[in-house]
Amino acid sequence: MSPFITKIRFVLGEVWQGISRSITLTIALVATFAISLSLLGVSLLVGSQASVMKDYWFDKVEVSIFLCTAGSDTPSCSGGPATEEQKSQIRTDLESLQPLVSEIFFESQEEAYNRFIERFKASPISANVTPDQLPESFRIKLSNPEEFTIVVNQFLSRPGIEAVRDQRATLSRLFSVLGGLQALALGFAIAMLVVTSLLVGNTIRVTAYARRREIGIMRLVGASKMALRLPFLLEAIFGALIGGLIAVGVLSLVKGYLIDQIIATSFTFTSFFGWDAVISASLICLGAGTLLAFITAWFGIARHLKV
Amino acid sequence: MIKFENVTMAYRKDGHPALNDVSFEIADGEFVFLVGQSGAGKSTILRLLIREEKAQSGNVLIDDINIGELREKEVPKLRRNIGMVFQDFRLLPEKTISENVAFALQVLNKTPVEIKQTVPAVLDLVGLLDKANRKPEQLSGGEQQRVAIARALVNRPAILMADEPSGNLDPDTTIEIMRLLDQINKAGTTVIMATHDAGIVDQMRKRVIEITNGAIIRDQARGVYGYS
Repeated sequence: MSPFITKIRFVLGEVWQGISRSITLTIALVATFAISLSLLGVSLLVGSQASVMKDYWFDKVEVSIFLCTAGSDTPSCSGGPATEEQKSQIRTDLESLQPLVSEIFFESQEEAYNRFIERFKASPISANVTPDQLPESFRIKLSNPEEFTIVVNQFLSRPGIEAVRDQRATLSRLFSVLGGLQALALGFAIAMLVVTSLLVGNTIRVTAYARRREIGIMRLVGASKMALRLPFLLEAIFGALIGGLIAVGVLSLVKGYLIDQIIATSFTFTSFFGWDAVISASLICLGAGTLLAFITAWFGIARHLKV
Repeated sequence: MIKFENVTMAYRKDGHPALNDVSFEIADGEFVFLVGQSGAGKSTILRLLIREEKAQSGNVLIDDINIGELREKEVPKLRRNIGMVFQDFRLLPEKTISENVAFALQVLNKTPVEIKQTVPAVLDLVGLLDKANRKPEQLSGGEQQRVAIARALVNRPAILMADEPSGNLDPDTTIEIMRLLDQINKAGTTVIMATHDAGIVDQMRKRVIEITNGAIIRDQARGVYGYS
């Protein structure tokens, strides 16, 4: 057996002793890690959901002018799809509204289709959509977003235009709810992580007390500071990893059951975050938990291990 | 070679010096008793040698290395060269005798092969090979102290320090322990023993350093406990 394996077996034996001696504390440690990391993960998932729901244009423009397609049935579209003439007139009129209109983008049906597919790739509706069903649009950035009614009034119900929308106004309430949820979960996560780090410190104090004979002897025979520290670090990291794995389980349940089985079946108008978001949130949770355990254990034990 | 040069050391709480301008030398392979009443400063000398404490002034040297100036990282290396035995044995109750001795090797990353060879040899030296698999509670006080000595010796230190090793032992057992320490000393290990047991000191006729109120009042080769 190599010295390295011997060393690992010895250290793990010491860690196991520390854990089994204060089993209730270890359970408390794992539970707080599980709760705080789950909350952290949920707040990350809410964040991913918000960014899934914001389409390509959301943060770039204030007003979108949707042009008539073959399937449009509003009165202003009675003349069929918008003609080239109508389009160039709209562009000219938009340009005349400068400097209020600061930027004008034009999105073709093909571009709209590609963005739609990209955004709804996780949703079944993407299979039923073809490019000609999606309207062409002018996307307009305003120098003063408050004055969007000027644009709306000028273009609303003009022939060739199906709708003029200030998407921000309709969606911003939803996003403020999502943002509030995310902040709430994050706030609880941070509060719980503070509690967790206090508990790590406390667990270490109890373990150090329970192991005071061993520590005394280790110091006497000349164990290095790292050798004294290692069992405590590993015990805290063990708690963090088990708690983190429970949190990963919670996040997987949120995605696999709550989102996919329940919410997604009744809310088909939007798509939801995918497993990639769950994986990255899980990795962040495990990493944050381990790091927190390492740092609090490292500084927590320093007070008890004067060489 | 151990050297104390004008060492003064006061514990923070009372400010009263535990050692006051103490100087002496101990050559390699010597056997030295530190005698004096409780609180005279005997343990402080031992604690300074393993850097449990630092002197306020003066130098503590082992083989010309200034112990007080060691960096924290170097302290474990110092302690590997000094075996330490206490009045209360300090064994781990849930480990067997051989596990207790092996523990001192395991924390220093010794290989299982090395541990398997060294532990029985040192248990044989202290006469406890046949009790290797017992727990400390199944042993007498004298036997437990021999385990502690085995653990202190297992890393082959150049110096063995004993702080009142016979404090919890009856006179017959004490004599056994003293024979063992003498045997270890004859094999080349420097032995420093702090005690206020006049009987053993008188019997052994080794060098005696007597300390009272933190100062050396006698340093005598082949001494006895008191002048009387």
